[in-house]
Amino acid sequence: MSDRTVAALSRSLAQGEFSSVELTQDYLSRIALHNKGLNAFITVTEELALAQAAQADAQRAKGQHGPLTGIPIAHKDIFCIQDVRTTCGSKMLSNFIAPYNATVVERLNAAGTVTLGKTNMDEFAMGSSNETSFFGPVRNPWDNERVPGGSSGGSAAAVAADLCAIATGTDTGGSIRQPAAFCGITGFKPSYGRISRWGMIAFASSLDQAGPISKSAEDAALMMNAIAGPDSRDSTCVEGAAPDYMSTLNDSLKGLRIGVPRQHITKGLGAEVEKALQEALKVFESLGATVQEIDLPNNHLSVSAYYVIAPAEASANLSRFDGVRYGYRCDKPVNLEDMYKRSRSEGFGDEVKRRILVGTYALSAGYYDAYYLKAQRIRRLIKQDFDAAFKEVDIIIGPTTPHTAFKIGEKSDDPVTMYLEDIYTIGVNLAGLPGISIPAGSTSASGKALPIGIQLVGSDFAEAKVLNIAHQFQLHTDWHKQTAEV
Amino acid sequence: MALEQTDVEKIAHLARLHVSTEEATEVAKRISSILELIDQMQGIDTENVAPMAHSFDAIQRLRPDVVTETDQREYLQKIAPSTQDGLYLVPKVIE
Repeated sequence: MSDRTVAALSRSLAQGEFSSVELTQDYLSRIALHNKGLNAFITVTEELALAQAAQADAQRAKGQHGPLTGIPIAHKDIFCIQDVRTTCGSKMLSNFIAPYNATVVERLNAAGTVTLGKTNMDEFAMGSSNETSFFGPVRNPWDNERVPGGSSGGSAAAVAADLCAIATGTDTGGSIRQPAAFCGITGFKPSYGRISRWGMIAFASSLDQAGPISKSAEDAALMMNAIAGPDSRDSTCVEGAAPDYMSTLNDSLKGLRIGVPRQHITKGLGAEVEKALQEALKVFESLGATVQEIDLPNNHLSVSAYYVIAPAEASANLSRFDGVRYGYRCDKPVNLEDMYKRSRSEGFGDEVKRRILVGTYALSAGYYDAYYLKAQRIRRLIKQDFDAAFKEVDIIIGPTTPHTAFKIGEKSDDPVTMYLEDIYTIGVNLAGLPGISIPAGSTSASGKALPIGIQLVGSDFAEAKVLNIAHQFQLHTDWHKQTAEV
Repeated sequence: MALEQTDVEKIAHLARLHVSTEEATEVAKRISSILELIDQMQGIDTENVAPMAHSFDAIQRLRPDVVTETDQREYLQKIAPSTQDGLYLVPKVIE
């Protein structure tokens, strides 16, 4: 198999070149061979996978199949899968067997996908390097000494190393797009509210959104068709059917107005990333698009506002982990308060505790106005910047990250340095917009190739447009076809 | 704003986290550097800007008030650390 995109595998399954069981066995053997080195999976669900693959083959034989029938998938370990351990990368949930399926999982099961397992992630999705996982860091398939990004680092590494055909991820401040950039693959965060959050363990509820991590924009569209749309179990999931994301992939880019934020091209941006961005813009111009500079004057405040809003929401969401109904409980508590405090202190890792403390502080009496309300006002300024920009242009294109993947341990000592790496992605979550990272270049460090990603941001609910533009780029470039040697 | 060790102990109690006296100094330092980052927004005039809680200012919609869930108590309590007679057990709270 030279082409492991979902689109290609789906064609091969349809033509009977191999069965889903054979394809699944191939992926399971690749996982057995490479996961020890990469640590991309926390749990491998071999029995479930083979049963689902056999069922997919049976359905195909009956002519009841869609484009995802029999396609091996991995789920970020933040999505509940019934009767499967769901850890969220935390000791707190290391023994948690989910009693129900997340809507995303339920819809992908219904579409016929085959679940290979649960992927590693930063604990409770709090991190940009996968180093905060209780189950150890994931390694970047392009260079094992580097991080894959985070928090959906396991999903990104698994797709990049062909340990699955496609994977789910979640993105609160860049957690799909940044690891996609670091691992040389495609990562798409839809608009807030486009995909149900039911059964997706909450971090910051006004920002969290699920999305595909894939080898192409076309594959992302295939997954979007299965998972997008309203859900009565998530009242923040928007009403109204989602469009067919495949039907507009081939729309022409003639006359497309691209905006490049001046504030993204500053001295903080690595030279090799800027060069890749400029080359990519030339490709878009050759396809009939025009490029102009735009302003996002408050973007530099996005990290500050995010580190109030996200921890504040997290401190409320994570109060449910109290050692009473599920999850970790400490040994021999002397009283109820001791049980709460020790279960939480022993069950959560350092970064999670830090964010709970920051969030608790920001919401506490006397500080609420100065921190939480202030951050929400800044959030509106950031949203207004995007609204103004989309009056001038159809899409905003810039770098996904300032630099390529950094080394394991390089930034873990200083949380603030790590937070600032998300400067281009965080504003998109605060504004609730759709954003995709696609491979657009490569650089080398210590003799190893490292991928570079660029980010495309669309206006509210313009997912189809974003996927269309990304797909057209991929029809005319080969960066997304480069694969890591594992 | 820089936090003191005693501030950390107070916040930790509110969050029901145990932070030892030795840890508190280090945690105070780390959180203070995060607060320094956050404080960049304090200089911005937001006097006439309404807070935004949600990216498209949506309001919570309502559904008809009917029972939609079935009783799954036994199934859901299988994953609890400690139960008895359908109840969750915790350390004694009333002396």
